[in-house]
Amino acid sequence: MPRLSQWIIRAALIYLLSGITIGALLLAHKGAPFLPVLWVWLPAHIEFLLMGWIVQLTLGVAFWILPRYWQQPRRPHEGYALIAFVLLNLGIWLVVAGTTFRAGAWVLFTGRLAEVGAVLFFAAHAWGRIVSREGA
Amino acid sequence: MPTLTRWYIKSALVYLAVALILALLLALPATVNLPLFIRFMTPVYFHLFLVGWVTQMIFGVIYWMFPIITRVQPRGNVQIGWLSYALLNAGLLLRMIGEPLVATQSAAGLGWLLVVSALLQWLGIVFFVYLAWPRVKEKYRGG
Ligand code: HEM
Ligand code: HEM
Repeated sequence: MPRLSQWIIRAALIYLLSGITIGALLLAHKGAPFLPVLWVWLPAHIEFLLMGWIVQLTLGVAFWILPRYWQQPRRPHEGYALIAFVLLNLGIWLVVAGTTFRAGAWVLFTGRLAEVGAVLFFAAHAWGRIVSREGA
Repeated sequence: MPTLTRWYIKSALVYLAVALILALLLALPATVNLPLFIRFMTPVYFHLFLVGWVTQMIFGVIYWMFPIITRVQPRGNVQIGWLSYALLNAGLLLRMIGEPLVATQSAAGLGWLLVVSALLQWLGIVFFVYLAWPRVKEKYRGG
């Protein structure tokens, strides 16, 4: 597993832990209310788990396991994948700032924009690696 | 494929089927007289889908495919894996019953079901991350 995948997957596991900690508190609160302000964290729960965990884990595994080129660099445009990783995490935090921390609609918008950018950069990295065994 | 992986993936498929059947029921127009219990199952539907299917499928494949640690104990302590599987599924099934029950019978004092469910799911996932963490690494090259 390449170094960049290791970072991405560790980040995904940390978002999983953070996201389910919020989720578990919310569920417990639904059963035995103790802290109504917890509901403000619902958008963070959703963002951490859908973007931080599921999407991020998928990208980390794809960077590792998609077919590699025969020649160096075996993984093309590695820099694009790194940019995708940075943008995705920036995006997650801007979205959480814009929702849970009420930093404003444009912060939320910028976060979503960073996430779109992350996906485009990752696609630019991965496109050429999505091939059949014959390389076509 | 390790036995634990087979349990994760088969369970995941069952959750997917149940989640989509529930989605179908929830998609029925409000004029259809569904039990209130079902109408309150929207969050259950999401989580059967996202925890039961997506996350559990990922866990099964991680346990199977991530780089092994050593030849002697390739995938770490499998007892912890089974514990994680049992806790996660017990917690999720408890939520499936508990969440609509609490919503429809708020006076019955059943809220503790959700507290227990939250704790079980949280522990199940924490144990899985503990097991998976050391396998996020370079390919095993002996030694
Ligand atoms: C692991 C993947 C998970 C994902 C992707 C996920 C995703 C979501 C999503 C999308 C919602 C919003 C549903 C809506 O719009 O109403 C939500 C709500 C919620 N989640 Fe999760 N979740 C996950 C795990 C968990 C876990 C493990 C728990 C508890 C132990 C939990 C507890 C909750 C609660 C209590 C709500 C609020 C339900 C309500 O509206 O009453 N989630 N989650
Ligand atoms: C046969 C296929 C499906 C059916 C019939 C279906 C049906 C539904 C229904 C009726 C709702 C609204 C529940 C409510 O608020 O009362 C819903 C919401 C949702 N579905 Fe599905 N669904 C299907 C497949 C999927 C798939 C494949 C995904 C994810 C990859 C998905 C993810 C979601 C999510 C995240 C929501 C919550 C949106 C929100 O926050 O309000 N569903 N679905």
